[in-house]
Amino acid sequence: MSETSKNQLLDPDTWVDSYSDYLFNYAIVRVNNSDIAKDLVQETFFAGLRSAKNFEGKSTERTWLISILKRKIIDYYRKINSKKGQAEVRMSFYEDGENEGSWIEERVPQSWDSETEKEIENEELKNQIDDCIDHLPEKYAMVFRMKTIQEFETEEICKELDITPSNLWVIIHRARTQLRSCMEKNWFNK
Amino acid sequence: MFKFFKITCQEANEICNKSQYNEATLLEKVKLNIHIAVCKICAMYSKQNAKLTDIFRAKAIDCKNHVHCMKEEDKELLKEKLKEMSS
Repeated sequence: MSETSKNQLLDPDTWVDSYSDYLFNYAIVRVNNSDIAKDLVQETFFAGLRSAKNFEGKSTERTWLISILKRKIIDYYRKINSKKGQAEVRMSFYEDGENEGSWIEERVPQSWDSETEKEIENEELKNQIDDCIDHLPEKYAMVFRMKTIQEFETEEICKELDITPSNLWVIIHRARTQLRSCMEKNWFNK
Repeated sequence: MFKFFKITCQEANEICNKSQYNEATLLEKVKLNIHIAVCKICAMYSKQNAKLTDIFRAKAIDCKNHVHCMKEEDKELLKEKLKEMSS
């Protein structure tokens, strides 16, 4: 044991067995990618080792590790948020002039084949949704999944990713707009 | 008075998305419903949006009970790295 990791309150040798699944699951429901989740868990343990001397035993080992992981997730979100060259969402509305806020004629939603009123418990359909979500810019996909698939509260997501509610709704709106046209093209009006 | 409730299609869209999560305010919902009553396109959009919400919800239920675990080989690798780092 090096100086930094000597702390009677912590037992890093047991970390992987005791906490890796818990941390991994926590990370993957947020980032939806097992490699990224794996990296985040690893970084969490490393950071935990480095700052072990600061652990005062005020919380449990697990709570302390989760708090480190949470910071890693915010860092990750900021990284994808600042990525350049993300596919931008096509505008569906006039941005100015007397038609501001009205549908642009060629972007008007198409009616969907009524035949696709069939059941929603359909594997193919679920795969198609995954596919469409994966085509979203990374940060839209992350926020959309947390809100819609993991069903986290708005407040919780805002706190975890350090964004404002209006920020969140803009992202959700754009994500849903893009998903709608993806589903229209690849499923409903295929 | 009527002007107060008047919104554009774009605003209707935004409220519609918010209300998929039951987080639109009462005033927003009133505005949306007035708009939908007169705008066929947005009415269709709203209906489709609700359908998407149903689909997403089915997907959410699917994902809810799924617990992810780390692969054993990844755990072993991680153990070695941690040992290396702390020795």
